[in-house]
Amino acid sequence: MKVSPIRKYLREERLPTIFCPGCGLGIIMNATLTAIDQLKIDINKIVMVSGIGCSGRIPGYIKVDSLHTTHGRAIAYATGIKLANPELNVIVFTGDGDTGAIGIGHFIHAARRNIDIKVICVNNLNYALTGGQFSPTTPKGAWTYTSPYGNIEGFFDLCELAVAAGASYVARWTVREVYNLINSMKKALKKKGFCFIEVVSPCPTNFGRRNKMETSQKIINFFKEREIKVKDAKGLSREELRGKLIIGEFVDRELPEFTETYNELILVSQKKFKEPEKPGLAWIELEIRY
Amino acid sequence: MTNRKGKIDFLQGNDAIVEGAILAGCRFFAGYPITPSSEIMESMAARLPLIGGVFVQMEDELGSIAAAIGASLTGVKAMTATSGPGFSLMQENIGLAIMCEVPVVIVNVMRGGPSTGLPTKASQADIMQARWGHHGDGEIIALAPWSVQECLDLTIKAFNLAEEYRTPVIVLSDAILAHLREVVRVPDPEEIVIVERKRPEVPPEEFLPFKANESLVPPMATLGKGYKIHYTGLSHDERGYPTDDPENYKKLIERITAKIRNNVEKIASWDMKYIEDAEMILISYGSSARAVLQACINARKQGHKVGFLRLITIWPFTEELIKKISENVSKILVLEQNTGQVLHLVKEAIGNRAKIYFYSKLGGEPFTPHEILEQIRRILK
Repeated sequence: MKVSPIRKYLREERLPTIFCPGCGLGIIMNATLTAIDQLKIDINKIVMVSGIGCSGRIPGYIKVDSLHTTHGRAIAYATGIKLANPELNVIVFTGDGDTGAIGIGHFIHAARRNIDIKVICVNNLNYALTGGQFSPTTPKGAWTYTSPYGNIEGFFDLCELAVAAGASYVARWTVREVYNLINSMKKALKKKGFCFIEVVSPCPTNFGRRNKMETSQKIINFFKEREIKVKDAKGLSREELRGKLIIGEFVDRELPEFTETYNELILVSQKKFKEPEKPGLAWIELEIRY
Repeated sequence: MTNRKGKIDFLQGNDAIVEGAILAGCRFFAGYPITPSSEIMESMAARLPLIGGVFVQMEDELGSIAAAIGASLTGVKAMTATSGPGFSLMQENIGLAIMCEVPVVIVNVMRGGPSTGLPTKASQADIMQARWGHHGDGEIIALAPWSVQECLDLTIKAFNLAEEYRTPVIVLSDAILAHLREVVRVPDPEEIVIVERKRPEVPPEEFLPFKANESLVPPMATLGKGYKIHYTGLSHDERGYPTDDPENYKKLIERITAKIRNNVEKIASWDMKYIEDAEMILISYGSSARAVLQACINARKQGHKVGFLRLITIWPFTEELIKKISENVSKILVLEQNTGQVLHLVKEAIGNRAKIYFYSKLGGEPFTPHEILEQIRRILK
């Protein structure tokens, strides 16, 4: 019998997972480990960090140094780890609540610093582990326990936020596009900078059941009907994009990375320092851009 | 003293904390600006790069403590500094550091509260927050310096205790000490005892990350060394795996509290003067104790048999010591800049064995020896 190449990465004594049947977390875990395996990254040098929610449980099933932290703070913990030891590959698993609500500050500030952390955000469109309340990415009109008359709030486009804040690499896929997802993860793992991959994922137990999509298949069909590629979405008006799920790579660019710039700062402080000729320090241009 | 190296400097309390931290081996600082602690952060921003350390200004205090805990897990000694409002924001993650047993030092330069309160003036009102600010059970270590020299010395001690007991340690300074300038002897690195956390002595496949010997403090592996540790704020077993088993939870909580409670005598320190013949003892701590000691000396000159006890370790509370000194006195006067926090602990320790008096001063102005002397005379009349 052929053994899956990712099996060696699992804490088998902890299986089965707590994930519900039809949940997308297994696919995301699989895609992440496949990307790591294909790139042959030393698993001893990977640290996985998570927050609270269903996605927060992923690192606990993987044989790797891992932290299951507090709600919303995973990226802040990861920032400390990466800065203290830049040799480590730091991968963060978060959810839409972690990233879009309680921890949104850490998310956009880590993107602003462009620190070399890979964030995989599992967007299952609701707070699922707490029983199904609306989140900052719940579609308008959706039924949840805290929107029993339909969700009236607008939603965050987490990818657009990451792009605006200054991330090096940003992509969104649904669990339907597994190979695209693996490729994006490989790109992110090879890239030096803040990388954000949002994976829109089915939650049949909470989001689906209450919105007449009681199976994972129905939710995935719902995604499929609404998907539009980033390049096809370009030039379309807000009105034309209403109800669409934009997937693909939002940005893939080379920008200075924070831990590398910090190492330069160390050298500068230790007197490899030229007197500035213009305002600001000579080694960094005084820059203002709004 | 004459043989010792080191250097004499003239520093404010906030800078002395930085000197102490760097001497103790701190190489990571994450913070967020807040009065009256900001000089600690400013000084760290200038000093750490010079020695290859990391300074990062985070987006808030939740991020600051989280980054410091994350850094500590990579084997680096890490610290953050803040004041009341920021200290409140840190509490949830202090709880995680207690639960995951991560050494980290948190300086709380106390100012008047609640809320924004008195940002530029001192208080001693975070005594209970230091101990009970995080939700759930658990123990904490908190030290209260009374001089600029002690800001330095106790910061070194804080790092050592954090490493030894794998726990967050809080330095409770205040707005008076923060900006008070005094002559300080900065010790030579060779003079200082530095404690490092215990490391695993077995290979990864045999290592149980939360199994402790009789010290109750498990050895700590460093991230990236192949040990593949899972840290979680959830109740966890000796492997670090989440479990809600009641017996396991009880065992975990009992161990992480006992590792500190069982060592109160080893951890706690205090400063006692004129106790032998005392009929009344003055109990104080931190910057308040400066005026209390002077008042005590003045009172003795006037023939009042008054003793002085200054708590250096606030948490764990030295209940046995308080019980012992109360055996021969009939009166105790607790003095603090709050509406009564250590007062409760003293009451609990002493019960009815002595009459307990309380004198507080709110508003940020320090006690004066004169007003304390008046209290002493009023009580002894």
